[in-house]
Amino acid sequence: MKKLLSLILAVLLLVLCLSACGSDNGPAPDDGEQANTEPADGGAEASGDVITIGILGPQTGAVAQYGIAVKNGAQLYFDQLNAAGGINGKQIKYVVYDEEGDATKAVTGYNSLVDQGAVAIVGDVTTQPCVAVVTASQEDNMPMITASATATTVTYDADSDTVYKNMFRSCFIDPFQGQTMAKFAKEVLNAETAAVLYDNGDTYSTGVYEYFVAECAELGIDVVAVESYASGAVDYSGQLTNIANANPDVLFLPIYYNDVALVATQAASAGVTATMLGVDGWASVLTVVTDPALVEGAYYCSGYSAEDTSELVVKFLADYADAYNGETPNMFSAQGYDAAWILCDAIAAAEESGAEYGSDAYKQAIIDAMAATDSDYVTGHVTYDEHNDPQKTAAIINIVDGAEAFWGSY
Amino acid sequence: MVFLQQLINGLQLGSIYALIALGYSMVYGIILLLNFAHGDIIMVGGYIVLLIIAAGISPAVAIAACIIGCIVLACVIEKVAYTPLRSAPRISLLITAIGVSFFLENVAQLLWGADPRVFPATRIIPATSYQIGRLTISLTTIVTLVVAIAAMVVLMLLVQKSKMGKAMRAVSEDMGAAQLMGINLNRIITFTFAVGACLAAIGAILYCCKYPQVKPTTGYILGIKAFVAAVLGGIGSIPGAVLGGIAIGLAEVAVNALGYSTWTDAVVFVILIIVLLVKPTGFMGASMNEKV
Repeated sequence: MKKLLSLILAVLLLVLCLSACGSDNGPAPDDGEQANTEPADGGAEASGDVITIGILGPQTGAVAQYGIAVKNGAQLYFDQLNAAGGINGKQIKYVVYDEEGDATKAVTGYNSLVDQGAVAIVGDVTTQPCVAVVTASQEDNMPMITASATATTVTYDADSDTVYKNMFRSCFIDPFQGQTMAKFAKEVLNAETAAVLYDNGDTYSTGVYEYFVAECAELGIDVVAVESYASGAVDYSGQLTNIANANPDVLFLPIYYNDVALVATQAASAGVTATMLGVDGWASVLTVVTDPALVEGAYYCSGYSAEDTSELVVKFLADYADAYNGETPNMFSAQGYDAAWILCDAIAAAEESGAEYGSDAYKQAIIDAMAATDSDYVTGHVTYDEHNDPQKTAAIINIVDGAEAFWGSY
Repeated sequence: MVFLQQLINGLQLGSIYALIALGYSMVYGIILLLNFAHGDIIMVGGYIVLLIIAAGISPAVAIAACIIGCIVLACVIEKVAYTPLRSAPRISLLITAIGVSFFLENVAQLLWGADPRVFPATRIIPATSYQIGRLTISLTTIVTLVVAIAAMVVLMLLVQKSKMGKAMRAVSEDMGAAQLMGINLNRIITFTFAVGACLAAIGAILYCCKYPQVKPTTGYILGIKAFVAAVLGGIGSIPGAVLGGIAIGLAEVAVNALGYSTWTDAVVFVILIIVLLVKPTGFMGASMNEKV
């Protein structure tokens, strides 16, 4: 009997081991996505006929929608570039790695992409995995660009005052939105007083709020009420009554759209009449409010607007619709496309520099070229500051007559 | 003036808590069960209203369907999950209630997804506000207060004056003796669950009109807070539940208004702990003889 038991246990252990190994192999690169117009891959890498670029981001899991949007955008650019002859006669070979939104898996994915010969990476998508990967990438000096991680920590570690020189992004950073909206309030809306309601359990919200208030002090806007709520709370009536009582010109809400819907309803009952200002977390707010009139007249900033009529955006929208069954790209797709574009511009410069493909000098050349970026992309004109953060314009969206309208770039 | 406005905010939130706390208190009064699934009935009620209105049917029908749906659900839960355990230790019932709560939340997630759905609040109560001096009162607030008070008065009359209410009080005092006097225990218990669910349905509609979003976990924290309200008021006591609900609502708004919003939930649970330590019977509860 004992023997039988130990036998069963041994078999069980073996099965567990095997299944564990199996799941380790789970998030393997999505081979299907590697297929592109270049038939000659495989051995071609060594001879330098292809340029291998990794795309690192969640394709499954809770944040998959962002990862997929970024991947679609980047993929579209690579495919277009390949169709136009690639860079310096070389085709782009891209490898997608699904990290499921997990920081540990992202590092595994990063290593896997390095092993597969990637000379640059578009990714990661969300902040935490991105920070983990950046730390791991320091040794390789791997050129990387994220399309969507907006926290300052992605390119700069404040504790050790180090800038991660190899890391760039195509999205604007959190503080930028606070500053932009404060300037917008002052210069466009002529606001003299402002109030803020933010989510005190969310780093994005508190970060943007701090920069907004700092910028207000700079511009001479009087911040008459600062209120906050705990993440997940639904009752803000107390805070909004205080805000209504302070009677500000503008109410800044650096929060996500679901919360905006709740705030808008209660702000109306509390008698808040201030113009509401929002951030990119507001995207698709009109799908969640009970009555669009509640957010009528509000402004929020976004990385990009599909309503933008600039040539680059119109072309991008048409190309994207062609490639993905008529879909309208969201901000993440646009920034994914730009990330790929900025990166490929830099790779073109590296190719010209004559450095040997894949060498340290080659990677450094890409990084130098990215840092020197100065041109127009779909989501605006991009240059980089000393923290590798893009200096770019934001798209301001205005809610007019119950619809989102592109106000302009600001 | 701000103080008065905040008082109204607190009363509105508090009256919703009170309606829900009543359901906890009544069920506890009858069969000594902390019905943790009570909060999730509210969530189901919210979904019923929003789905029916989304289907293009009139809000009046949606409200009626919500009340009936919640009552049926509560009675089914009572029959399927609680009746077989009536003679089991109270702890088994409690654990079953928690299980039912998880079950409802997960089924809701399966059916309607985890994302919050928009509740068509303005279809039920228009977004109008009235200005009285510097005081702003929305129609939602007025309706909430009026409906909540009306519901509580009707409940009082039902419990104090009707035959059913008399039987309920008898069962709550001594189940065995009540049964010997010829009271149909099953009927009374089911009736209690139905009344509790009816109040929960009203609470659900009022809650969702103020906070127009429904998600599978909507009822969870709401239920827990209403439970704290019931304990604060003295669990088992009907006027206690009302007082407790209003006290919790006022406390929450006060904490938020003073700028300590990080501590809102903490304050509610600290109140629970203090009540349990200092006066476990709450404001109006009868002294408890049994050990829990």
